Order: sequence, then structure tokens, then C-alpha cells
Amino acid sequence: MSTAVVDPMRSVVYEVQRIRKETSDTFTLELHSTNGSNDFPFAAGQFNMLYVFGVGEIPISISGDPSKHRSLIHTTRAVGLVTGAMRQLKRGDSIGVRGPFGSHWPVEHATGYDVVIVAGGLGLAPVRPALYHILHHREKYGNVVLLYGSRTPNDILFRREVEKWRARLDVDVHVTVDRAIHPWRGNVGVVTRMIPKAPFDPLNTVAFICGPEIMMRFTVLELQKRGVTTDKIFISMERNMKCAVGFCGHCQWGPNFVCKDGPVFDYASVKHFFEKREI
Amino acid sequence: MPIGWTDEQDGGTYRLKERDDEALFGYQVGPHSWKKYLHPPRRRLWQAEMRDNHMVIVDDEPDYPRYAFFGVRSCELNAITIQDTVFTSGPYVDIGYRERRKQAFIVVVNCVEAGGTCFCASMNTGPQAEQGFDLALTELLDPNQHYFVVDIGSKAGAAIIKQVPHQQAQEQEHMAAQQAVAQAARQMGRTLDTRDIKMLLYNKYEHPRWDEVARRCLSCTNCTLVCPTCFCVSIEEQTDLNGQTAERWQRWDSCFTADFSYIHGGSVRSSASSRYRQWLTHKLASWIDQFGTSGCVGCGRCITWCPVGIDLTEEVRALRDGEPRIGVAIPTLDAV
Ligand SMILES: Cc1cc2nc3c(=O)[nH]c(=O)nc-3n(C[C@H](O)[C@H](O)[C@H](O)COP(=O)(O)OP(=O)(O)OC[C@H]3O[C@@H](n4cnc5c(N)ncnc54)[C@H](O)[C@@H]3O)c2cc1C
Ligand code: SF4
Ligand code: SF4
Ligand code: FES
Repeated sequence: MSTAVVDPMRSVVYEVQRIRKETSDTFTLELHSTNGSNDFPFAAGQFNMLYVFGVGEIPISISGDPSKHRSLIHTTRAVGLVTGAMRQLKRGDSIGVRGPFGSHWPVEHATGYDVVIVAGGLGLAPVRPALYHILHHREKYGNVVLLYGSRTPNDILFRREVEKWRARLDVDVHVTVDRAIHPWRGNVGVVTRMIPKAPFDPLNTVAFICGPEIMMRFTVLELQKRGVTTDKIFISMERNMKCAVGFCGHCQWGPNFVCKDGPVFDYASVKHFFEKREI
Repeated sequence: MPIGWTDEQDGGTYRLKERDDEALFGYQVGPHSWKKYLHPPRRRLWQAEMRDNHMVIVDDEPDYPRYAFFGVRSCELNAITIQDTVFTSGPYVDIGYRERRKQAFIVVVNCVEAGGTCFCASMNTGPQAEQGFDLALTELLDPNQHYFVVDIGSKAGAAIIKQVPHQQAQEQEHMAAQQAVAQAARQMGRTLDTRDIKMLLYNKYEHPRWDEVARRCLSCTNCTLVCPTCFCVSIEEQTDLNGQTAERWQRWDSCFTADFSYIHGGSVRSSASSRYRQWLTHKLASWIDQFGTSGCVGCGRCITWCPVGIDLTEEVRALRDGEPRIGVAIPTLDAV
């Protein structure tokens, strides 16, 4: 074709290379390109539009390690039509990919600061790339804290990896569940309860929050109570998305297009809209 | 419209009326805008095929018709410019739009009469087209002669005029054209006070007027479909019966539907008031942050084609001074 710019709406075909069942409803797909060029640079927090043949296309965050361009990893919870069909995919099956899109966690700007990552449920997947990055460059950051809340012990995502992080001396990992099931002996209660005692210096902290909106709302409040300023708090938003490139209008949130201005926003600049309903 | 006919427009009303002169462009904008050519209501993006269990993306042969738009009004030309910004100014470009647009030949007709729902003068988008056309005509009918004053806006426009019988316009004819257009500017059926409009709307997110207008709004989506700047689309999957081919279709969508903002668990904007608020706030406020201009050109279509006659100029007035339009008690207090 003669056009200089590639069509941003067109998918590229990838192949499912590996499937990992994470929890009863959540799975991770590792994708490989079918044209041999297995290089997919992305920044922590960005997402792709994944297309399942005959079903549809949805936004899914990249949950892999940004320093490893060769494998493209997404972690998805089966909740409906497209995610349900995605769960049926087998090794070798095709999937369409467009991306990467959107803003990212400001891991570069956070150097020199303590970093607090607060994740709720599936929200751990979109922040995992940021944690990978920080752990690769551990010496550049102050304290690193991960606070993770999940519904039940069985819903804890990346369980083995979380255990590994917990065993490290240079990261503080605290996990809590809403509802304990035998033999859980850890924290019970909402994730925000762990904020008051978490080991970080509020005046020198950058926070990344990812989870349901209500959880992010209370997390922001708790962080503010400790003295973290809103320009150092980052959240990741979810909105309906049909295009991811600013054409379809679906993801609008006040003046923002979540697809291109977000999904990661600094709280100070979106506070006005975040605090209102049905925007 | 044929010679001898015009239209009469008001909130929720569009009527044909006979006129007693020979004007060729003696009518205002109808429900359709040029949007349907540049940003078609339905368009296939691409197809996918399953071949031996592997998906193959099939691109359609690029097919970009060359359009000549004849009789574009100034508000509509401004609307096209606004959509240019939406589709071609960002890091991503809608290639189909760009190609159709690049080739379009535009003949403007400046308005010498304004309609009952027009307010381009308030939006600074008319009635005189300033730039961006190939040719701009002003139709003049005086007792002795019926003629057009033509402004040439491009080389392509000049080339066309060479082939049409014409003569150099005299000072007097220029004057007549300007006066006719100025006359239209004075006749605007509606006005909109745009002073500080962005902050006005951003500060009124919790105004009771939204609930009041939602009681009248049917969420029918007419306003968004007739609006020449509204660009929202959805993308749908279409499959054949044996499951071997799938087509990705783009179609116009509207922020007035609950589905539009659906995310797992429910719609973000489940109430009609939040949807009307989204639409109006987008048009008049957030559009400015997003694209540097208002999203409204004052064409009046959304007023005319709203089945219940909801009028955005009226709504803005109510938000400004808290005065209810109809007999509903509304506290004047700003809830923000
Ligand atoms: C930037 C971003 C990143 C995301 N990252 C992940 C991730 O890493 N893992 C994950 O499991 N989910 C993620 N989601 C949510 C995921 O996109 C939805 O769960 C998915 O769209 C549901 O599609 P469905 O067809 O299975 O559900 P249905 O309930 O059948 O939904 C129908 C349609 O509504 C829309 N929709 C429904 N829920 C959402 C939603 N939450 N967000 C956006 N559109 C929605 C989609 O267009 C979908 O096809 C992300 C969403 C966004 C916006
Ligand atoms: S909002 Fe109404 S008046 Fe403004 S451009 Fe759209 S249709 Fe015309
Ligand atoms: S404002 Fe009028 S035209 Fe628009 S959705 Fe509501 S009823 Fe329909
Ligand atoms: S997803 Fe289409 S505009 Fe953001």
C-alpha cells in the first residue's frame, strides 16, 4: 500500500505459545508473533487490544517483564464473551494483537523515591511489569512495598511469584484477603488497612495503585492521610474501549481519553473527575 | 431542494414551505451532513479468515472515492475541520478518513438567510466561510438579476471557474454579498453565550438541571447522529455461518446509549442525566481540552431533530443562571 502510516485499527496475528491457569477464572497467555520478529517493546502499564477470531476485541494489559521483549504476556480474567472465548484458546491457536497503547507507570520518575504498589485482585497483573522493572533496578529506589488484596486465598494471583518476592529482604510484601478460607493464616481485611503501618516515608514516596475504582478511592484517601501528595499517586483506569487510539470515543472520562491519555494517570490531574460519579 | 421551496426549523420541528422567489440555495441545513461521506455510518475495517486453523487478516482493496461537496455551509465546513483534527492530528491517523478528505473538492454556499435553530454566529463558525474551501458562493437575488459572487479558495477552484462563464465582480457586488451574509448573521434563530463556557460546564457536574433535562430526553441518539462533529463509533464482529470468515465493521455509535460505557459489572453512565451531561459537556467543554476548539459549530441540527425539542442553547442558559425553562422547580444553588 502507498500509505505511509500503518492502519492503527488493523491487528497482527500472533500465536498462543503457552497457557498458564492462574486461578479458577484467570489465565495467562504467552504469545509469539507468526512472522518471526519476536520483538515487542512496551512500557510497564501499557495494554494491547487482543482479538479473538469471530468474537471480538478487548483491551488487556501486558503483564510480562518489559525487559524481555521476546515474550508477550497477558493475564486475563474470564468474565464475559471475549474473555470467555480467550480462555478456550489452545497452544498454537491464533490471536490478533494491536498495540502497545497508552501511558505507563512512571518508573523512571520514581527513582530515588520509596515506591508503594497497592494492588487489588486482578490489578496485580497491570502493575507486575512495574515491579519487574523496579526489581531489575533495585538500587535506584528507596523502600519498595507491595500491598496486595485479594478476595480469597484461592484468588491470589501469581501466587508462587508473590511468595518469592515475599522472601526477598529488599521488598516488603503484604497480602490480605477479604475472606479467609482454611488454612489461611495471613491478614484478613481490605488492602487499605495495611497502609498506615507500611514502611515508607510519605514525603518521599511514589505510589502506584491498580484495582477496582472503589479500592483505588480508599487507597488514595489512606495514602493522603499519611501525607503522600496527590501528584505522587498514580492510578490505572478502566473504561470501555473499542479502538484504543482516540477514534471511537468510548473511553472518555472528562477531558481524558483513557486509551491515549491513560490508562495510568497521576491523581492530581484527574482528581476533579475521579471524585464524581458517572463521568 | 428544488427552486421555490425552503424549510422552517425550530425545536423538534422541520417543515417545508413554499417561497416566492427563484433562490437555488434558499434553505438551511437538513438532517444529513457531509460526515456521512467522510466518516461513513458503516464501514468494514478488515476481515479475517481461518485457513488450516490459522487466522489470516485480509485487507480490503483501498477504495477512496473522490468527492465534490456542493453547497457546504460555513458551519459544516468548520465541522469538517473539527473532524480533521479528531482523525488526522494525533499520533494515530484514520487512514480512510484522511484519504477521502484529501481528495474532497468543496464548494461552499455562504448563508444569506439563517434558520430558526441556527447559532453559528455565536460559535464563530459562520455564516461567512473564511477559509478551507475551493470555491465559496454567495447567492444574490435582486429585482434585476440573480447571480453568485464567488470567492476562489484554491488552484483547483480557480481552474473550475475558468471553465464557467463569469466576470470580475464589482465593488458593489462584493458589498451586496457581504451585506446579505451580515443580514443572515443578524437573523440567527438561537444564540449561545460562550463566555468561559468550559469552566461553566466543568463546574456544573452536579447541577439539578441534568436530572430535569433527563426527564425529557428519550436517549434516542438523534442529536448525535445528525451532529456533524460527533465522531463516536463502535466496532462489531460479523461472522459467516460456517465460522471461516469474520468481518470487523465500524459503525456510528452514540454516548446516549447505556451500552456505550459498559464495563464488566454495569454501565459507567447508567442514568440518562449522566449521558446528557456527557454529551453537552463533551461538545462545549472537554472538546476544547481535547482538540483545541469547541465541538459545536452551531448548526442547530440537534435542536431541530430532537423529537422532544431539547435545545442545548436553552440548557446552557439554564445552567448559567439556574432559571428553569418550564414549570419545574429547580433550586438556583450550585451544588458544586
Ligand atoms: C486499559 C485496560 C486494561 C485492562 N487490562 C485487563 C487485564 O490485564 N486483564 C483482564 O482480565 N482484564 C483487563 N481489562 C478488562 C477487560 O478489557 C474486560 O474484562 C473485557 O473487555 C471484558 O470483555 P468480555 O467480552 O469478556 O466481557 P462482556 O461482559 O461480555 O463485555 C462486553 C463488552 O464490553 C466491553 N467491556 C466489558 N468489560 C470491560 C472492561 N472492564 N473494560 C473495558 N471494556 C469492557 C468490551 O468491549 C466487551 O467486549 C482491562 C481493561 C482496560 C480498559
Ligand atoms: S451540537 Fe448541535 S448545534 Fe452543535 S454542531 Fe452538533 S448538531 Fe450542530
Ligand atoms: S437530546 Fe433529544 S435527540 Fe438527543 S438523545 Fe435526547 S431526546 Fe434524542
Ligand atoms: S478507546 Fe476509542 S477513543 Fe479511547
